[in-house]
Parts: sequence; structure tokens; C-alpha cells
Amino acid sequence: MRAGGSWQRFRRRLRYWRDHGERHRLLWEEMAFHIESTVDALVAEGMSEAEARAAARRRFGNMTHKAEESRFTWIARWINDGMQDLRHAFRGMRRDAGFTVFMIMIAGLGIGASATVFSVVNAMLLRPLPFRDPGSLVWMGNIDSWTATQPEHFSDLRQLNRSFTDMAGWSAFYFPGDKQLTGAGEPERLTGVPVTGNFFAVLGVAPLIGRGFTQEESEGKYASPSAMLMSHAYWRRRFGEDASVVGRKLTLNNKPVTVIGVLPESFDFASIFAQGTSVDIFIPWPLSDPNKPRGNTMKVLGRLRAGATVNSAQAEFTALGKQLANRHPERNALEPHLLPLAERVSGRVAPALFVLACAVGVVMLIVCANLSNLQMARWSARQKEMALRAALGAGRWRLLRQMLTESVALSCCGALLGLVLAIAATRQVAQLRAFNLPLLESVRVDGTALLFTLLAAVGAGVVFGLLPAWRVSALTLSGELQDGSRGSSGGRRHAWVRDGLVVAELAFACILLVGAGLLIRSFVRVLEVNPGFQPERAAAMRVDPSFRITNAPQQNVFLDELLQRARSVPGIAAAGITDMLPLRDDRSWGVSGKGQIYQRGHQPEAYIRVVSDGYFEAAGIRLRRGRAFTEMDRWASERVVVVNETMARTLWPGQDPLGQSVATDGGRRVVGVVADVRHTALEATGGLEMYLPMRQTGDYAAMQLVVRTTLPADSLAAGLRVALRAVDPNLPVKEFQTFQDLVDRAVSARRFLVMLLGGFAVFALVLASLGIYAVISYSVSQRVQEIGIRMALGASAGDVQRRIVLRTLGLAVTGLAVGLAGARALSNALGSMLFGVTSGDPLTYVGMGALLMAVAAAAGYIPAWRASRIDPMAALRSS
Amino acid sequence: MGTEKSKADLLPGTLDMLVLKTLTRGHLHGYAIAQLIQQLSDDVLRVEEGSLYPALQRLELNGLIEGTWGLSANNRRARFYQLTAEGRKHLSQESARYRQVTGAVARIMGFA
Repeated sequence: MRAGGSWQRFRRRLRYWRDHGERHRLLWEEMAFHIESTVDALVAEGMSEAEARAAARRRFGNMTHKAEESRFTWIARWINDGMQDLRHAFRGMRRDAGFTVFMIMIAGLGIGASATVFSVVNAMLLRPLPFRDPGSLVWMGNIDSWTATQPEHFSDLRQLNRSFTDMAGWSAFYFPGDKQLTGAGEPERLTGVPVTGNFFAVLGVAPLIGRGFTQEESEGKYASPSAMLMSHAYWRRRFGEDASVVGRKLTLNNKPVTVIGVLPESFDFASIFAQGTSVDIFIPWPLSDPNKPRGNTMKVLGRLRAGATVNSAQAEFTALGKQLANRHPERNALEPHLLPLAERVSGRVAPALFVLACAVGVVMLIVCANLSNLQMARWSARQKEMALRAALGAGRWRLLRQMLTESVALSCCGALLGLVLAIAATRQVAQLRAFNLPLLESVRVDGTALLFTLLAAVGAGVVFGLLPAWRVSALTLSGELQDGSRGSSGGRRHAWVRDGLVVAELAFACILLVGAGLLIRSFVRVLEVNPGFQPERAAAMRVDPSFRITNAPQQNVFLDELLQRARSVPGIAAAGITDMLPLRDDRSWGVSGKGQIYQRGHQPEAYIRVVSDGYFEAAGIRLRRGRAFTEMDRWASERVVVVNETMARTLWPGQDPLGQSVATDGGRRVVGVVADVRHTALEATGGLEMYLPMRQTGDYAAMQLVVRTTLPADSLAAGLRVALRAVDPNLPVKEFQTFQDLVDRAVSARRFLVMLLGGFAVFALVLASLGIYAVISYSVSQRVQEIGIRMALGASAGDVQRRIVLRTLGLAVTGLAVGLAGARALSNALGSMLFGVTSGDPLTYVGMGALLMAVAAAAGYIPAWRASRIDPMAALRSS
Repeated sequence: MGTEKSKADLLPGTLDMLVLKTLTRGHLHGYAIAQLIQQLSDDVLRVEEGSLYPALQRLELNGLIEGTWGLSANNRRARFYQLTAEGRKHLSQESARYRQVTGAVARIMGFA
């Protein structure tokens, strides 16, 4: 009953509000009727018309007041006041439109940057992973957080553990383009990930159409999976979202396969587990098949049972790991290392995102300081209006509120612009597919980001509006404005506040500049790193034959023919084949020299590369000692190996590595030593490397033809394709991947950070210089007469300029001192992101300081120059 | 302006009650309500006439009365108010409470 009444009242209120103009008119008519009736009655009593009217009005009271009071029963008073303030605000904005547009642009850029960074942080850190109950998913590394696990260990752990409801895994041993799909138009190279049968069930991802793998399908043969699932992106690209593809029989690596389903769009395997690549299909990984790849090939995750925590699971797994290692000394080492899946996915980028978030926060502070300053100047010019409103009875709180409403309205307009910018920016960011960053594709402005933008707008409006509003309303009410209209002392206290704001802006800009400077220098250092190969003019192309190679002589012939054809293409200076590309693919074995015995867990691990003759030359890897592989290192000849310098040093310290034997892979003699190559990242040294001649082994998963060209690689692709068709007419070849692409991808995360932070620093510098320009010009405009008098008394234009530039530099030096100190204190937070420079790198500090001073001096020089042009006579007469 | 005592002479909420009571006599416009209150109180209660209108708006918003436009005795457009069912209920509650309060006051003052 009660609730129904208040609901009806609310609806009535809404209706009244909707037609409040009409209601107001009618109310007025009703009151006029009342007065007319009173007049009629009084006239009937014998009063004169005029007297009667006056008496009626007296009896009635103030009509406007009553009308207003009536209106407040329809609309709450604060809404009414707010609307009024808003109307005032927009009127004020229209009045100085140029100023307003400028302020909205500054606010828009600041809020746009904040919303963009928030969207990135939201996608990578805040938003839960697109799986069922992602909080209970746990990643299991082995020894460290990224090394894979042996499948046999996985099977035992899955059976023995009590912490997880289930565990799943996928093969770390897949490579981009190592599957060939035929039977649906042109043959095509695909990237397929072998996964355990329960993989999607454990993640809680159901196929969009079709079904998951059955028990039978996931216990087949590794080399010939009978079923495959498609990623949504591949389904769209290749089959145009045709649902009838489910159930079709295709040919995968020359074996029949049935398409059993399509995964939902929200499941983007690559963006979560293998950034910067794309994954097209998923095939079952039969753990029971003895012919699957051996060794640490499995990436493992599990879902915690209710009540279990990562810590309790870790304790159990440590114990299980020891138990299994004792029971199976023949297997690889096992030291389970658990961490929440979300941490594994984006933990790597968290520090960088933290820096970005701080940077954008500082940018927002500069924006607020700048807007504060501009608003102060604007309201000082409107102090007369404020004084008038105060005289008419507006309280300080009411004035404050009006000014704050105006600031918030301004920043909300800015937020609209910012939102447009953020949407554009996030679209761009989401398309940086090649970037080695997790969940990048899911970056977008969503509801949370909208809410954030709204809060940022209101917050910024209040923050930048509060100080000037406080100052102005205080001055207005204390009556200081009477003498504030002229003279040089007009806004002493104003000036103090303004200078403070500019110093703060400069200090913040300085912090950002130093941070960006340090990262840029690190970036340059990273690019200067010698990766051990020459990325310029080197490119790779998948060339695995479409037929199955059954024996070693056949493979030798294929390689001979392929290399010979490739080398005969004009423009190709060198060609060789490798199974792994630097900075992209990895696999490692334990290695030892002949006769060397290592304790368990202390055996050196070396990266294994299977390469043909010509590879070192094509990739630009320097030969240090001995010889490279030749065509004569064949199946039937002596088994040889080439090692890198680090491996030579590690296995045979102080000895000549040439002629030594490694015990690995059945024993091989070292014939050459090559330079170290950086594989995992440009920032990290590569470690041990061992190169096996391709003609002497079948243990490789891919054939990448690497060429060194004298012409741009793209122009050679077509010619090369034609040449290779002669070797294998069905050879499915994709475009070249240049080595430069590999390097670019390796530095992409760093480049992303540097680009954003550099952009913020430039923006901050521009804002700070605008701030200093505004303050100096304002102080010049306030002192036109003083300057006029000085010049009339003989001061030269140079004197005037010097005084003003000195004042500017005074502000700049103060800001710089605070900023450099702040930067030094905060720069340690960059820690892990720096490379080749220390956080106290003097060159950066001096350089950025000089840059800031130069910009500040330039910003101050313009008003100084203008001041020196003041005509003393005109200046004195103008008042 | 606004210094007439009449408004302060009424207990808070009393004006609403008086208006509701007056309207038990049928459809009335604002002027008639003011006149009736004055007459029935033998000119003791002089409402500042303008104050009637915010009160009417409030009562209407709360659904206690309902206004419709019609023609007055001398053929002018005027707004006539009438009690709603809810208004009647509200009036009986209010008058009961008022009786209690004034009775208590009277007892204290020794009038009763």
C-alpha cells in the first residue's frame, strides 16, 4: 500500500517534471484567478480598482516566491539548482568558446589516455580469464614457471594428486604451420595444438557447434589424429562460418581427419597461452601412444578442488614430485611449480602495466593542474559577475557549487572526446596481433571502462575546479576584488597559487620525461644488442614436403634438390634449412661431453637446432672455429656436431673444443664453433646451443628454408615458390617471415611500453610548456603598465625580456629540482624494465632536464618578446 | 514582505488539514478555499493566501486531492479541487491526531 503510494507519487513527480513549463503557466493562471477574485470582492465592497488590486496582492504575498515554492514540490531543490548551474555553465562556455574548446581538448586527451590505459589494464589484469571459474585454475611449471613437463609425469600426477578435480595439458611441441590441411581447396599450412582429451572440459569451454573429443579419439595415434576442433577465427577465415563444415572429412598431414566442432569466439588460445601467434586447430594428444614426442613436452594446468589452495596444492605436488623422481630415475627431472593461471598469463606484464597506470595518473595530474590554472585565469576575469551574485545573496557554498558544476561539465565534455579517442586507441591496440602481449585482442572500452571514464571525468572536474573555485569565492566574499581590477599587486596570492601549479606541472612532466627517457635508452640498448645472427635481409619459409619421408637417403636427396633449386633463384645469396627459428622456437636436451658425468639435476641443458649446410651463412651466424656443415655431412658419413661458444666453454673449459665428442644423440664429434645466438629474448643471453646436421637425423618437427637475399624478400617469394614446385608440386608454401619480424616481435612488448610512455611524456611536456606560457603571459598582461613605466624610464627591450625570462627560468628550475628528485626516487620502480642503463643514468637526467629547461625557456620567451614590444605611451594611456 | 504573522500562527501541517477539511464540502477553487477557512474561523485564521498554492500542489502530488479545470461562477477559468479516497482517509487520521494533540495541550494549560 505504502510502496504503491510512493511509486504513484514518483510517477506523478516525473510527469510534473516532464511538463513543468506547462504546469508553471497553469499555476500562474490559477494564482491570477485568485487575485482577480479578491479584487472583484473588494471592489464590490466599495474600494477603487487600483486600491483593491494593491490590497489583493498584499494579501496574497509574493507570487514569484509562491510559484517557486510550488515548483519545489515537483522537483527537488538541488536538481533545480543543479540545472540552473548547468545552464549558467554552458552559457559561460559559449561566451569564451575558444578557451572552452582548448580546455575540453586538454581534458579529452588526458581522459582519453586514462581510459585507454584502463582498458588495457582491465583486459590484461582485472577482467577474469574467459573460462569457467578462472580463479580455481592453476598453472603447473616444472623447475621454473615456464618449463614443460614430461607426459608420463603428468599421467602419474593426475592419478595421484588430491588437490585438483582434474588436470589437463597441451603439447608445447607444436610449431606455427606444422600441419597441412588438404581436401578443402588449396593445400594450406595450419598451426595445430595437440591437447589432452579433457582440455576443454577442464577449462570449462564448450564448443560453439559440434562436440569435444571422445575417449576413443584421444587415445589414437599421435601422428594421425582422427578428429579436430577449429578455432573460431580460422572457421571464419577459411569456411566463412559455415556450420555444415562440422562432420566433414578433410586430410591433415596426409591422414583423414573429421571436423568435430568449432570453438567459441571468446576462446582465444593464442592470446592467452601463446601470444603473438595464431592457432587454427586443436587435435587430440594421445598420451598412450609411444610414438609421441618424448621429453618435457607438456604444458600443464589443473582445476583446484573446493577447499584446496595453490599453497596446499604446491605442498602436495612437491612431495609427489620427489616421490615420482625416486620411483622413475629414468625420467626427466620433476619439480612442480604451481601458480594461479591468471598470474602465469599476465604476471609478466603486470610491472609494465603498473608503470603505465602510474604514468597516466601523472598525466592526469598535469592535466588537472593545467586546467586548474586556466580555470583560475578565466574566473578571475569573471570576478565581477561572482561579486554581483554574492551581493544578491548567493552564499559561498552556492558560488562554489556553481563553479564546480562548471568544471565538471567541462571535464564531462572532455570525457566525451576522450571516449572517442579511447575507442579509437583500443581498436588500434587490439589489432596489434603480432605483439607479444597476453589478451591484447580483448582490449576494448567496455562497461567498466565507461564507468571508469565517468568517474575520471567527475573526479577530474572536482579536482581541477576545487582550488580555483575556493580561491575565487574566498576573494569575492572578502571583497578583495575591489582593488584587484588594476595595478601590479592585483593577484599576489593568486600568483602564488598559479606559480605553484606550474611548478607542480613541470615537476610531474620531469618525472615522466626521465621515466620515458630511461625506457627509450633501454629500448635503444636492446636494439643494439648483437643477437648473434643478422636479421637484415634474412627470411624464412616453411618447406616441409607434402609427402612423407620414409628413409634417410630419400631425405638427403630431397634436401640436396631443394637447396640447389633455392640457391639458383636470382637474388638469393645463401640458403639453408633449420627446424627452429631464433627468438621463436625452442627445445632443449641435457648434454655432456664424452666421459663427463654430471649429478642428477646438474647436467647442462643445450638448445638443439637441426640445420643443413648453408644455414649459418643464410642466418648470418658467425663461424668462430673449425668448419660449418657441408653437403658431405650425410647420413652415411661421420656423425658431427657444431656447438656455440658458451657450450664449448661450459663442456670443455680451457680446452680445444674441436675434435671433442659429445655423448648426446649417440655421440658426435665437434667440428665447429659458432657465435652465441639469443633465442628467448634479446635481453637474455642464449645459453648452450648445439647444432645437428639435418642430413644425419630425423628428429626435427619442421623444415624452415632460411635465405639471405640481395633483394627485398617479398619480391623473391613468388620466384622461390615456382622453383620449389619442381621439387614437390604439392608443397604448400606461405609468405616469408623475415628475421626482422622475429626481432620486432621479440621487442614488441617493450616497444608498446616505450611508445605509450613516450607519448605521455611528450603530452606532459606540451602541457607543462602551455602552463608556463599561460602563467607568464598572464603576469605580463597584468603588468603592462608597470612594464610601460619601466620602459618610459629607460629600461631597454632587452632588460624587460631578461626579467621575464629569468622569472620563467626560476619557475622551471624549481619544477626541475622537485621533478628530478622525484624521478630519482621513483625510477627504481622501473627496475626490471631497464636494460643496459641504471635507474640513475646521469645522461638521461641531464638530457631530460636540459630538454625541459629549453622548452620552458621557449614558452617563457614568447610573452617576454611580446612584452618588450609594448609601446610605453600606449600602455600608460590605456588605463 | 512576508512578515504577516498568520503563517506562524498555525501549527505545522495544520494548513493541509484545513484545506482537506474544507474540501469535504465539495469541488472548490483556491480562492473559495481561502475564503471558507477565513469565514469558518470567524476571521481568526488568516492564511497568507499565496501559501495556499504550494500546499495545494503538495497535496495533489501526494494524491490526496485532485484538481480539474472548470468555470467559476463569473465564467472565469479556475481550477477546482476535490478530495480523493486517499485524501479522505488521510483527513480522518490527521484530525484524530490533531484532536489528541490539542486535547493534551488543553489539559496542560488547564482549559479542559
